Amino acid sequence: MSVTKSPSQRRTPVDRVSGRSPDLPSDAEGRAPLEPSPRGLWRSPIRGPWLTSFLGTLLVPGITVIALTGFIDHWAHYPQLGGDAPVGPGADIPVLFHFPASWPSWSYAVAQGTHVTLGLVVFPIVLAKLWSVMPKLFQRPMVRSLAGAVERISLLGLVASVLVEFVTGTLDMEQGTSFGFNFNTVHYYGAWIFGVLFVLHACIKLPVVRRAYRERGVLKPLMQGLAQTKPEPPDEGGLVASNPAAPTISRRGLLAMVGGASLSILGVQVGESIGGPLRSVALLAPRGRVFGTGPNDFPVTHTAAWAQISSRMTGADWRLTVVGARTVSFTREQLLAMPQSSRTLTIACTDGWSTTQLWTGVSLATLARLAGAPGGAILRAVSVQPGQAPQIISPALYRDERSLLALRVNGVDISLDHGYPARVIMPNVPGNFNTKWVHELRFEAA
Amino acid sequence: MRSRLRLGFRRRYGAGALHLIAHLLGFAVVAFALDRIFSGGDVKQLVIWYLGFAIAHDLVFVPAYTGLDRLLRATLSRLPLRTRAGLPVINHVRAPAVISALLLIIYFPLITGQNDGWYFQYSGHHVTHYLRNWLLITAVLFLGSGLIYAARVARARSRPAH
Repeated sequence: MSVTKSPSQRRTPVDRVSGRSPDLPSDAEGRAPLEPSPRGLWRSPIRGPWLTSFLGTLLVPGITVIALTGFIDHWAHYPQLGGDAPVGPGADIPVLFHFPASWPSWSYAVAQGTHVTLGLVVFPIVLAKLWSVMPKLFQRPMVRSLAGAVERISLLGLVASVLVEFVTGTLDMEQGTSFGFNFNTVHYYGAWIFGVLFVLHACIKLPVVRRAYRERGVLKPLMQGLAQTKPEPPDEGGLVASNPAAPTISRRGLLAMVGGASLSILGVQVGESIGGPLRSVALLAPRGRVFGTGPNDFPVTHTAAWAQISSRMTGADWRLTVVGARTVSFTREQLLAMPQSSRTLTIACTDGWSTTQLWTGVSLATLARLAGAPGGAILRAVSVQPGQAPQIISPALYRDERSLLALRVNGVDISLDHGYPARVIMPNVPGNFNTKWVHELRFEAA
Repeated sequence: MRSRLRLGFRRRYGAGALHLIAHLLGFAVVAFALDRIFSGGDVKQLVIWYLGFAIAHDLVFVPAYTGLDRLLRATLSRLPLRTRAGLPVINHVRAPAVISALLLIIYFPLITGQNDGWYFQYSGHHVTHYLRNWLLITAVLFLGSGLIYAARVARARSRPAH
């Protein structure tokens, strides 16, 4: 989007801005402004401190929300219990948040849907922000002080880590974890790197942002159409082109384009998180499609076929064993004969999609009582799925009256893909906590 | 005395002491995080990811789209598209192209069907409709943008010429 003149405009005097006159602002310490970049390379007349500041200002709230919801997801995996938490106990900051039992059961879905969707939605703004500072990369001299060198290194880390966070997050959403490394570790600690460098960068640039807003106004440049679009005065940072071309787009035009991209991404994505009729509008989202209209036709993470579930494992011989102070065993009919509770609960995957259904079954608290689960015991939910490690579930979760061992969904037996004969379903947990094809519940002292 | 020390530091370092302290603390956290990341994976792969994306963005991606934009401008300037109203058509091409390209980048594995195996794992179906949807969205974007342009030209024409 950088801009050069069309042939008809070549005659415009080039030196009207680049010939620096003594009355041009120099920086506070009286140094002359840096020569922005090799002449003629970056000529867009809309680059400058105001545009970069404005894009940066848009990113601050977005990235803050993405970071907070990211940590909420991390803590929702109960890292203090080990299990399949993205990052195990140790080498981590303390767990600062768990969803209170009084919060609606879709709270985690909202948080994680926001994390994934907003992460995609801010990407056009990130790219525009990087475009706006491109002349910096080609500035000569590269650094003019030790402080400048330190800042350069941190900026390289900032750019690298924001791209890594975005690419790993997006790929994980679209094709599972098929990297040469562990997605969770890279995405989680990568967020530390990005977060720290982002805060540093924002603090350092705050004076530049304030100055740009003071001199140009916060929103005033947005009032200017193409005809009124003029380059900003030369700046100390070297963002403003020394020989700007005639504008082909206004600043608000660029922002409208970026906003249009963000809205388009929102439009083709968010339906897989909200569900209902909106799911079919999510034209490009991985779970934007439902393959039927029956009571069991909602998305899964893995089909029974993929999990290698055979009819022998789930047939008439299937028993649920509940182990506590004593061991109790149930057939599916016996479980169905017990007092049933029905709850509307949301399955929310860390990939960002979610689905809300009406589940019916025996509450986990009832099963814990029947087996005489010791106080404070950890629950391990064991699946018949070959090679699947037991899911670790905290006492607060299985004692929540909404947590079920579900046998039926929307008035019919749950299908094999959804975990027949029985599955765990709980409020405000990452989807993979809701173990499918369960055949054993072990309440063990922590 | 103290302010002279401070000035001396500023002259040699190029910024205040807080700048240095904040960066050193930040780099310590970064070093710790990098150590955690590297201990769990293929170091070579990770270095490629971290440096590769930054380099690819700055030296391949940006020059590529800048070049495409120049090509677009050169092409448009040769076409007899100048309307009496003097409304440039370029942004009505740029906007749908940029949005379509971003959607392609973000949903690349689905649009190209290269993640078909994974898709099959969870849906029991093969990737079929993403390419179609993306082409459809792209067509709608260009069509909509063209209609907006036509409406702007019509409005400009209905006003008396200066």
